[in-house]
Amino acid sequence: MKARLSTLNVNGADHRVTADPSTPLLYVLRNDLRLNGAKYGCGLGQCGSCTVQVDGAAVFSCLIPVAAVQGRRVRTVEGLGTAAKPGILQQAFAIEQAAQCGYCTAGMIMRAQALLDQTPAPTDAMIRAQMQPNLCRCGTQLRVLRAVHRAVEMLRRQSAHAHSGP
Amino acid sequence: MRYDAPLSLTRRSVLTAGALTVAFAFVSRAFGQPTALAESQSSLKNTPWLDAWIRVDGDGHITVFTGKAELGQGIRTALTQVAAEELDVSPSGIELITADTWRTPDEGLTAGSHSMQDSGTAIRNAAANVRMRLTEAAAAAWGTSAAAIATTGDGHLGHRDGRRVSYGELARTLSLHVAALADVPLRDPAQFRTVGTPLPRLDIPAKLTGESAFLSDLRPPGMLHARVVRGPSEGTRLQSPDVAAVRARPGVVNVIQAGSFIAVVAEHEWTAITAMRDLERTPAVRSAPVTLSDDLFAGLQRLPAQEIPVLDTHGEAAIAVRAVTARYTRPWLSHGSIGPSCALAHFDGTVMTLWTHSQGIFNVRRFVAELLSLAPQNVHVIHAEGAGCYGQNGADDVAADAAFIAKAMPGRPIRLQWMREQEFGWEPLGPAMATELEAALDANQRIVSWRHEIWSNRHNNRPQSAGAVWIGGELEPAFRPQQGAPIPMPEGDGHRNSNPLYTLPNMHVVYHYLPDMPLRVSALRSLGAHVNVFSIECMMDELAKAGEVDPLALRLAHMQDERAVAVMQKAAERFGWSTRLPGDGRRGCGMGFARYKNIGAYCAIVMEIDLERTTGRIAMRRIVAAVDVGLAVNPDGVRNQIEGGIIQSLSWTSGEAVTFDHNGRTSLNWGSYPILRFADVPDSIDVFIVDRPHMPFLGVAEAAQGPTAAALGNALADAGIRLRDMPFSPQRVKAALSANRTPI
Repeated sequence: MKARLSTLNVNGADHRVTADPSTPLLYVLRNDLRLNGAKYGCGLGQCGSCTVQVDGAAVFSCLIPVAAVQGRRVRTVEGLGTAAKPGILQQAFAIEQAAQCGYCTAGMIMRAQALLDQTPAPTDAMIRAQMQPNLCRCGTQLRVLRAVHRAVEMLRRQSAHAHSGP
Repeated sequence: MRYDAPLSLTRRSVLTAGALTVAFAFVSRAFGQPTALAESQSSLKNTPWLDAWIRVDGDGHITVFTGKAELGQGIRTALTQVAAEELDVSPSGIELITADTWRTPDEGLTAGSHSMQDSGTAIRNAAANVRMRLTEAAAAAWGTSAAAIATTGDGHLGHRDGRRVSYGELARTLSLHVAALADVPLRDPAQFRTVGTPLPRLDIPAKLTGESAFLSDLRPPGMLHARVVRGPSEGTRLQSPDVAAVRARPGVVNVIQAGSFIAVVAEHEWTAITAMRDLERTPAVRSAPVTLSDDLFAGLQRLPAQEIPVLDTHGEAAIAVRAVTARYTRPWLSHGSIGPSCALAHFDGTVMTLWTHSQGIFNVRRFVAELLSLAPQNVHVIHAEGAGCYGQNGADDVAADAAFIAKAMPGRPIRLQWMREQEFGWEPLGPAMATELEAALDANQRIVSWRHEIWSNRHNNRPQSAGAVWIGGELEPAFRPQQGAPIPMPEGDGHRNSNPLYTLPNMHVVYHYLPDMPLRVSALRSLGAHVNVFSIECMMDELAKAGEVDPLALRLAHMQDERAVAVMQKAAERFGWSTRLPGDGRRGCGMGFARYKNIGAYCAIVMEIDLERTTGRIAMRRIVAAVDVGLAVNPDGVRNQIEGGIIQSLSWTSGEAVTFDHNGRTSLNWGSYPILRFADVPDSIDVFIVDRPHMPFLGVAEAAQGPTAAALGNALADAGIRLRDMPFSPQRVKAALSANRTPI
């Protein structure tokens, strides 16, 4: 197919990219927008290392064509925070040192974010079920679970603090 | 992670710019070795010059060089801590340069749990030497005794009388181009500021936030995307790819054909992928004969073997009253890296610059130089992180592919990413293995004889020549295949850890080394130790059962190494071994122990499982590990490695197999290769470190693989079924349950 100009909303900003509409979102994020978070792991929706949010839901960016995200909100791990100013889940992953090689980690964070956006206080079973599509070969799963639990606790405190007022 | 500086770094600029000392440090090796250094100083033996390891600039900036690479195992952080400690500065004051053939010492492979022993020991001693020389320089400048001068922890030296001088100021007139002296005093562990603390990993923040952290994040200007075109797995080739049609496609910049090697190069990655897919639309034919058998044990035993004796001891022992014989097997395993292998190559007409996540950049330099007929010094190989590899995955092959493409297209950086199915189908596999053990007890539950035989290919097939990477065999004429030999003991290869650490009489251990490889195999984390420790430690439990003695008691009765006893007791105590409930057909508890290679880290694993009898699923409940890694530089890094090793070994042992039949490989689909997922990881893993601050580094990364496999096998046996063939798949568990009709 021929390349076409599309407008993508990624991390709150509109980007105009020229791409074959069948191109999986992953390649546009990585190559056109130069975002490193989503990783190529399988291209088949089998490992989750490419996970991003589209309209809040966790999706495999290696499967969804760029044409399918026109007019929808795409969020990558870059949209959660930076090393200097990390978001809650990023902080929790850092505190728990929930990574080894780190190749799967951004996908893990985005899948967890999709859960926390919907369910701020999930149970352990809900977290495990949510994370099931994402593979880690280094064996950091228990650290990832601890990190998500920690983020839940951080959000709870943040929310309690916000509601308690000055 | 940067591409701009190295890309513009020509050979000339390295020799003329500020890096002069690096080149000099390597040249100087030819001038002769200094006086013998202590064996324990490791990589300093080959690279004794202090400025090859550490440079202190006039402004106080400290650069430390290691030939080892960050693989996600945390070595960047641990080595930074080691350097910071002995230089007595903050870790943030150290810039660590990792594996780079133009900049760092050649420390061989980053493998075998060797990095702390090799590089950690070298950097520690080099840093102590630098600290000593800085102190002596300050003493000379002040005209006082060095004994009155001490480091202050912030890059200064202070005199008792209050005078201070910075390292930078001293470094301006101090040459570090001197050989390291042996036995320079190390900092007292009681005074440690950095070593022994859980410094957060330096590489993690970038990985959590999408900052540039990986090789695949490098995007030099003018970069093109390449894909190679191969059959579905090793041993196949594509019949007649329609190269002409693809060459004419818009966006395709080049199609490179040489022998049976084909690569497509495009401006956009998706164009390269779709072009590759079109080229793949042709039947695949088998290019290599199939020499596999369905029966793993029989198949391996039938291959021609060379006998490598490991142990043959004879001693007095009482009369045997009970003997146990058992065979254990493991199938071929995939490394299963989460990211398929990738490389970035740029040829400027003279110098090939190659970014790779290979564990052996100095080997990459050798085989790429041979492949492309370049002088080795004109092949600049820089390690950049990829997904975890756990041994030799496709990294070396893809590096050679990328370099070949880049050589054909001077001036354009070439990024080559293998597709998932290529990584799965073409990476070297972890070798299949079979063992047979026989041991006997006397009337007092003492082991009186021990036989252990191993059938295995060599696991060490790390490419050092062009014939050892796929492309080397695809070009015409093909490069000669690399010859090899198993790594000898004490490190060992297929026979790694086949010599029990237990004190046993009458041991007969032999490695039936199988030189012919039915499938291409190479190193997978822990080599033969996974299967040998599994075999030994399952046999210990089989003997304990036969002799009606507690498995821990049997082990301790035959163990004289106090550090081994300490980790076994620690793990057992933390687990609550003595008060565990007996296996009841569902629940089971088991343990496994090994000292990795008998010269590395000590690791004991105790675990509890539940057997789901209707499904055959093993539910991993809780796991307790105790390890002794010598001086533990970063305790959380140690725990992370052990936790990960446990989960990976559980995945291998409980589920994984690359399958074949007599027609060839039957597992071609990565999605059906069962890497352990969240639903199946243990409920808990607790790792306890027996710290030995005065002991040398023992390495960490591979210590848990064998003991975990054994603990799982023994827990399963405690729950009612003894499985000796990996993987312990639900089908096998159910088959065993129905075979022995264990009462529920």
